[in-house]
Amino acid sequence: MARVTVETVDHVAQLAHLSLTPEERETFARQLDEVLTYAESIQALDTRDVEPMSHAVTSEVLRDDVPAPELPREKALAAAPDAEDGLFRVPRVIGG
Amino acid sequence: MSSLTGLSATEIARRVGGRDVSAEEVARAHLDRIAETDGRIDAFLLVAADRALEKARRVDADIAAGGASLPLAGVPVAVKDLLHIEGLPTTCGSRILDGYRPPFTATAVARLEAAGAIVLGKTNMDEFAMGSSTENSAFKPTRNPWARDRVPGGSSGGSAAAVASGMAPVALGSDTGGSIRQPAALCGVVGLKPTYGRVSRYGLVAFASSLDQVGPFGRSVEDVARMAEVLCGWDPMDATSARMEVHRFASGLDGRARGLRFGVPWRFLSAGVDEGIMAAFRSAIDALRSAGAEVVDVELPHVSHAIATYYIVATAEASSNLARYDGVRYGRRAGGPGDAKRPPAQGASAGSTPAPAKDHARHLKRMYGETRDRGFGPEVKRRIILGTFVLSAGYYDAYYLRAQKVRTLIRRDFEQAFAVSDVIATPTSPIPAFRFGEKTSDPLQMYLADIFTVPANLAGIPGLSLPCGFADGLPAGLQLIGRPFDEATLLRAGHAYQSLTTHHLARPPL
Repeated sequence: MARVTVETVDHVAQLAHLSLTPEERETFARQLDEVLTYAESIQALDTRDVEPMSHAVTSEVLRDDVPAPELPREKALAAAPDAEDGLFRVPRVIGG
Repeated sequence: MSSLTGLSATEIARRVGGRDVSAEEVARAHLDRIAETDGRIDAFLLVAADRALEKARRVDADIAAGGASLPLAGVPVAVKDLLHIEGLPTTCGSRILDGYRPPFTATAVARLEAAGAIVLGKTNMDEFAMGSSTENSAFKPTRNPWARDRVPGGSSGGSAAAVASGMAPVALGSDTGGSIRQPAALCGVVGLKPTYGRVSRYGLVAFASSLDQVGPFGRSVEDVARMAEVLCGWDPMDATSARMEVHRFASGLDGRARGLRFGVPWRFLSAGVDEGIMAAFRSAIDALRSAGAEVVDVELPHVSHAIATYYIVATAEASSNLARYDGVRYGRRAGGPGDAKRPPAQGASAGSTPAPAKDHARHLKRMYGETRDRGFGPEVKRRIILGTFVLSAGYYDAYYLRAQKVRTLIRRDFEQAFAVSDVIATPTSPIPAFRFGEKTSDPLQMYLADIFTVPANLAGIPGLSLPCGFADGLPAGLQLIGRPFDEATLLRAGHAYQSLTTHHLARPPL
């Protein structure tokens, strides 16, 4: 099974948008390898014909599609570190 | 401790409702208790004294005006700091939400306040509820009221410690893998994780959405039952909340053990449990048997895989849920306005020289990365990394999908055990409260201590922890697990135990 290396941690950290220090990379690689080695016990179980359980609630109840008042825009924006003209403002993404 | 802070929630509601004492007096007594005690415990991240007194005066006015009867009239409650209360900050024990004030109130809190309860403040917790000791709080450790050199458990350690030390008669927590039951056990109080879907998660900051559940702490099963009656119920704001009838849990408590069948998975308990904890557990089972309860042996063949399954499912969900903390919608942005560590004229903020598109994208990604690096503590990062890994290409089937299948097997184990028993009994935690730092360097050891609590979350069924004595002077917890949506029987069984014993009446020497 998977062996977690510093390179694996780097790759996953990039996917998760996490910047890690060199010490964190080393420590996490070792600790995650331990946890995943432990978790390998489930590989030995026979799970043929077993349905995966994604949720404890079996019947999803959807509400009626009725318009209702939502959170006002200014309230939704109030906690943003940067907002302008009723929008979240982020660093420029597109060149120009 | 003043006479008011020693009262049960049930007694407070009765006296305040009967105008024997005012909600304001009760609130003041508890705020005084916090002022004199919390310096030694550090259960609270925020004490909302003015708000509490104002709400208490309003409850008093409502009662004086002869308004509707309030089931929790004047009952002070401490709220874990991952449940939103409009107007107060929510930190989730994290730096990443620095300065955040939620624009709405959690349904669980709103229901308590509508029933007359008075929120005293927000309690400490492991960051984003990830941990079993409250040591992962970005702000401070909380001390166990029974032994202040030891942890209160976690992640709802602040709520458990507040109730144990008489600063609040009841509290709210959340339980994803034991975060209500384990600190309840380590602090010698009662904690209930209801069935998944029983209590609305609206306004509860998500950790692992298929496992998270809000629930109450109290010093007796009766108080917890009263809280549960108010908390449970359908909420249109949470699509996973269940349209199931909520019974009058408290009035069903008859104190009778006879007629109840307790299933004990002896084989599952055969290894790795502290001797003192096991002795306390055995006496609890003996007491129930002597009182006429039936005790049967049950098998839970797959629960030995519960920790592995849980730490795959929970971290996968967490890695997705915590993607939202990126410095755009809330919290503090690295390099953004108000960031002291803002790098000089780097980043593509307004007014900077136009750069090629590739650089702009890199700047945005750097902003995300730095925001998250500075905002999250080590345990949260570790779990995001693990969760992202088990969901990533090439590993999804071997880890995440397989764990979901094992989850089905664990749920089936319980269905089979409940064919011959009404509640299943185990110790809540295999070990009593441990010393600060004892397990922080070895995450796997910390995870393994959740062995008895995570199965109920995976199966989506209710669990109750209650004090069952002491192991070397530290509280031991008895866990009872019930059928889905059968909190009534679960609470009845817990109350029957408390009618036979006095362990829940012990108070820490503070």
